[in-house]
Amino acid sequence: MALPATRLDRLTGPITEAGRCLQFLFRMLAGIRLSGPQILTVLQQTYLIGARSLVIIMICGFFVGMVLSLQAINALEQFGASDQVSLLVGKSLFRELGPVLTALLFAGRAGTSVTAEIGLMKATNQLEAMELMAIDPVQRIALPRFAAGVISVPLLTAMFSAMAILGSVVFAIGVIGLDAGIFWSKLQTGVYFEKDFLGGIWKSVVFGGTISLIAVYFGYSARPTGAGVGTATTNTVVLSSVLILIFDFIMTSFLT
Amino acid sequence: MATRDGTSPNPDTPVVRIRDLVFRRGDRTILDGVNIDIPKGGIVAFMGPSGVGKTTILRLISGQLRPDSGTVEINGHLISSMSDRELHHFRRNIGVLLQDGALFTDLTVFENIATPVREHTDLPEALVRRLVMSKLNAVGLGGIEYRMPHELSGGMARRVAFARAVVLDPDIMLYDEPMTGLDPIAVSTIRTLMRETNDALGQTSVVVSHNVTQVRQFADYCYIIASGRIAGEGNPEELAASIEPRVDQFMNGKVEGPIPFHYEPPGAPWGLLD
Ligand SMILES: Nc1ncnc2c1ncn2[C@@H]1O[C@H](COP(=O)(O)OP(=O)(O)OP(=O)(O)O)[C@@H](O)[C@H]1O
Ligand SMILES: [Mg+2]
Repeated sequence: MALPATRLDRLTGPITEAGRCLQFLFRMLAGIRLSGPQILTVLQQTYLIGARSLVIIMICGFFVGMVLSLQAINALEQFGASDQVSLLVGKSLFRELGPVLTALLFAGRAGTSVTAEIGLMKATNQLEAMELMAIDPVQRIALPRFAAGVISVPLLTAMFSAMAILGSVVFAIGVIGLDAGIFWSKLQTGVYFEKDFLGGIWKSVVFGGTISLIAVYFGYSARPTGAGVGTATTNTVVLSSVLILIFDFIMTSFLT
Repeated sequence: MATRDGTSPNPDTPVVRIRDLVFRRGDRTILDGVNIDIPKGGIVAFMGPSGVGKTTILRLISGQLRPDSGTVEINGHLISSMSDRELHHFRRNIGVLLQDGALFTDLTVFENIATPVREHTDLPEALVRRLVMSKLNAVGLGGIEYRMPHELSGGMARRVAFARAVVLDPDIMLYDEPMTGLDPIAVSTIRTLMRETNDALGQTSVVVSHNVTQVRQFADYCYIIASGRIAGEGNPEELAASIEPRVDQFMNGKVEGPIPFHYEPPGAPWGLLD
């Protein structure tokens, strides 16, 4: 009613929402049983949302690798250092581009479908029906999708990076004609498994968790209407993309 | 199951006891001082005009909604103030057929009905199958177990939902309009099934229905809800003969009477049609 109240709401609204989201996370974590059927559903969801994102991730990875090499060679040529291309591509890929781009693609490809799916189940009273059967929908529906996201994103990130290296090989060695031996030895000696590769994988675990939490939470709390599910789906992409980039900066500045 | 011990020592105590129930949505009072007793073993029908709050009462009994004041007790347990965890536990003894069926759209008919069985029992697969098929045959739909819900007609979907709701033979069944949209043969099938399972298993059933003729055929007792209150109660024959104006109007489908046919927005005087 009064203006100050709405202003306060603007401030407290997102905080309350974030609190609810965390509460939702704990509800999910409390539902972990590691039982046979539960592991089976997680695997099934990993296939549905992870494996089905594979093709798009691979294609994008390949072209990102090519364009990275192209730009790197353009720049390095000026210093006569174009044989350093694999080092540049490798470092930027494993540390930043692999995790971030995979996460952004995953948010668009899988995050949205999870939100829409759960939102639709809510709109058609399926979640209610479950609750009435004394089946906890948070445990049965949300948790496996969340877990599948946390598992999938690091794996997809590794796949993305592998395809990008392949793209780089195709461009640098195949098209430009750089020496293959130098390309690989620079990559081997200059890019560190623990610091560069694992550092990126850790990021991707956080990204996977962030996207999946947002996706299941927004689906679960969507207004049970067509428009409500639509809004929730959009919000999933927008919020998870923004958070990925913010978290990326925070993690990069603390981890390195 | 754990809560079967909840059956009260005194057999006359109602299974469901509702006292002075008040429920509001925003500033609209949907239910205003409702008292209901549902005895063990009976089939009790709720009737009333559309939008009066019949589904709302079922939701209050199943604990999905909490009353603004008043109490809902099942077997002496206060549903209206249970924690979510207790409720979750309690619901294993309650079967609910939602008004729109709410089948799981990504599971086959078979898996839909098998879901509660798998969740709450450790039966071997062969027994699960036998149980599911027997329920599916009972609703007259043997042979469609591998279809997906979107491949069913509305009436078929309702019958599958019915089979899913009763598959674990719960102590208390809540049916929200179980026979709407069914052909006469399916209606008698469902009606017989409700009566038979209710009597064979000593269940207690609550049925929301609009259909006065049908209610007279299956219900032991009947509540008519109008304008947020119980307008009349009694066995169907008594009600049909009642001279209480709202009961008479509803039972005999009269347009003119104290129950307004048109929905009136909040604030509008309820006596407008008088
Ligand atoms: N989620 C909701 N938010 C706000 N109002 C609601 C909501 N659900 C129901 N209502 C209102 O509560 C009242 C009672 O609804 P309810 O679904 O219990 O009616 P009903 O008696 O089951 O009707 P019908 O016979 O048409 O199914 C209606 O007037 C409806 O407008
Ligand atoms: Mg209703």
